Amino acid sequence: MSILSLIIKREFIAKVRNKSFIVMTFLSPLLFVGIAAFVGYLSSIKADVKKIAIHDESGIFVNEFKNTSEFQYLNLSSVDMKILKDSIVKDSYEGLLFIPKVIDSLSPQHKIQFISNDSPSISFLSETEDIIAQKLTKINFEKAKLDTLAIKNAQAKVNISVAKSSGEETLKGLNEIKIAIGGAFGYLIMMFIIIYGNMVMRSVIEEKTNRIIEIIISSVKPFQLMMGKIIGTSLAGVLQFFIWALLGLTFMFVASSFFGIDASPTAKMSPEMMHQAQAHFSTAQMYIKELWNLPIATILSCFVIYFIGGYFLYSSFYAAIGAAVDNETDSQQFLLPIIMPLILGVYIGFFTVINDPNGTIATVFSMVPLTSPIVMLMRIPFGVPWWQIALSITILFGTFLGVVWFASKIYRVGILMYGKKPSWKELYKWLQY
Amino acid sequence: MNNILEVEKVVKQYGDYVALNAISLTVPRGSIYGLLGPNGAGKTSLIRIINQITMPDSGAVIFDGEKLQPKHVQYIGYLPEERGLYKSMKVGEQCLYLAQMKGLSKEEAKKQLVYWFERLGIEGWWNKKIQELSKGMAQKIQFVVCVLHKPKLLIFDEPFSGFDPVNANIIKDEILELQKQGSTIIFSTHRMESVEELCDHIALIHKSNKLIEGKLTDVKKEYRTNSFEVGILTDNVEGLLYDITQKFTVGQTNFKSLNDELKLEIQLGAAAPNELLHLLTQRGQVTHFLEKIPSVNDIFIKTVSE
Repeated sequence: MSILSLIIKREFIAKVRNKSFIVMTFLSPLLFVGIAAFVGYLSSIKADVKKIAIHDESGIFVNEFKNTSEFQYLNLSSVDMKILKDSIVKDSYEGLLFIPKVIDSLSPQHKIQFISNDSPSISFLSETEDIIAQKLTKINFEKAKLDTLAIKNAQAKVNISVAKSSGEETLKGLNEIKIAIGGAFGYLIMMFIIIYGNMVMRSVIEEKTNRIIEIIISSVKPFQLMMGKIIGTSLAGVLQFFIWALLGLTFMFVASSFFGIDASPTAKMSPEMMHQAQAHFSTAQMYIKELWNLPIATILSCFVIYFIGGYFLYSSFYAAIGAAVDNETDSQQFLLPIIMPLILGVYIGFFTVINDPNGTIATVFSMVPLTSPIVMLMRIPFGVPWWQIALSITILFGTFLGVVWFASKIYRVGILMYGKKPSWKELYKWLQY
Repeated sequence: MNNILEVEKVVKQYGDYVALNAISLTVPRGSIYGLLGPNGAGKTSLIRIINQITMPDSGAVIFDGEKLQPKHVQYIGYLPEERGLYKSMKVGEQCLYLAQMKGLSKEEAKKQLVYWFERLGIEGWWNKKIQELSKGMAQKIQFVVCVLHKPKLLIFDEPFSGFDPVNANIIKDEILELQKQGSTIIFSTHRMESVEELCDHIALIHKSNKLIEGKLTDVKKEYRTNSFEVGILTDNVEGLLYDITQKFTVGQTNFKSLNDELKLEIQLGAAAPNELLHLLTQRGQVTHFLEKIPSVNDIFIKTVSE
């Protein structure tokens, strides 16, 4: 067995056998699902019913406010405003809505007030405004002797459907799904790079502080050791990703077959309900179909390629840093410039790619090797010309070769230096040894 | 080739600092070669060059008649001064890994490991992790890893540090056994008594330069001062002292003895020992007559402080 594969094997086994790897691999998807479920549960919890007192001087509006699961409206128009104001706290009202007599329904210059000691939510205020405005509009229609029913019937509804030039119909809101998927993969890559890059760094520091390093490099070249470490650790990362992908795909199959089976009980429903349910069902089905229609193979294979490229690039930096310092605390000053481009990539992805996936900024940053693994992955669900992907990957791996050369020089000198924290200037000097 | 290793005018610079200033060494095959020098003299830099961990700026290293190259790694065993092992890896796996790196096949490595583990009485450690072992125990493993592939040249940097006297003795015997089997040993240490005991050749490096090199006996001959320790029983101390001081430089000395004799250290200069002996026998009963041979320690301190 060649020495490089020997090192790769050891590093891989050391990582995979690590308890935290096993726990991370199988627990974090559960944790992820758990957190998602928890957030879903939290948002589904009904808030306490809030009591809103209404003092409607004209008495026209108060009946328009219907109790909901969130708000209970109390008609207290007969009670004096002063007493009401004083009793807000005592009677534990969330707030008091005051609607004065309407003078001019077209431009209500009168002051409608909501008196509350808490700050009301924007959605509540706009809903309240809508209710009053609708009532006023209705009154205005009636004043103008317009047939409200005719107007209602005359209101047109438009629903733009989105289609590709190939004639295939697509769903609205798919962009959001695409950026969510691209974003998830881009984010995953960033996390992978940081987690596994750190692993490489820790493993270098471990060998240095263990002092096994001198025994090892009397048999192998530092470059071989560094490459073995980087490759071995990346294989552990790829394995972890495959396990996750497998779990994810299984989940997706289960989800799609779940929707398939679920269609039969609808027969027992009334025709109207069934129609409604079918509409819901078919939308869900279409979304799932769209998910399957995404270039999943391209996304997954690009994820692996960009993960390997980006990870190789960054972990060479991490390895050099690990070699330069004696312990993890000292590594902070060198780590910041490495993490910055990663974060930049994620921000560009979320702010630029979603608006203009094939625009100049998105394209440029999907070529720049330090950000391309993240930005390009976010662009891929929107469709990227293959030559751009090829160019970006070429640049990425080309840069990796350059960086590895530079990192191995620092690594070679650094692993034998003990006891002092080097400055940037010293690192530059090491390049010339 | 009678020399396993020849170092020819090797220069190594780190920035402006010259770590090795045109050092040349010759290590005869089958010898135990003491590489001596104070801290920071350049020993480790030189050892790292021999191990191909770093490259010399200029000069050459000839190993076994050939220019040093990567394939020679498997013929060299190195026990560094700063040494350690993977803490969370099992002893057996770790040794196999390190042995395979030296070019041994897995089967051969296993065979050798079983042999050495039995020899050092550590068979039960195979499945233990290094973090469960004491420092001395871990040192034994490192020693095994270093000699496992039957290297032609062994380089020990402070091999006895961290060992208790019993284990240090075991390791010393193993080193002598390895020499008997034909290995050459380069031995870098500060412990002069072990140099005295083990080495037949020495070299002394100080401030990046080689000051002394040669057979230990030759070096000692060169540094002998032709002084003798003398013990004599005599009635006429004044007369004796008068006679001797006429011819030689005399000083007081002390050594263990059963008699209450006069103890002197006499510097003969160019004279032969018999001249002194002749003079002494005329004056009294000689109980002690010994040439003062310089110890490695004396030579070391004398050379370095010059």
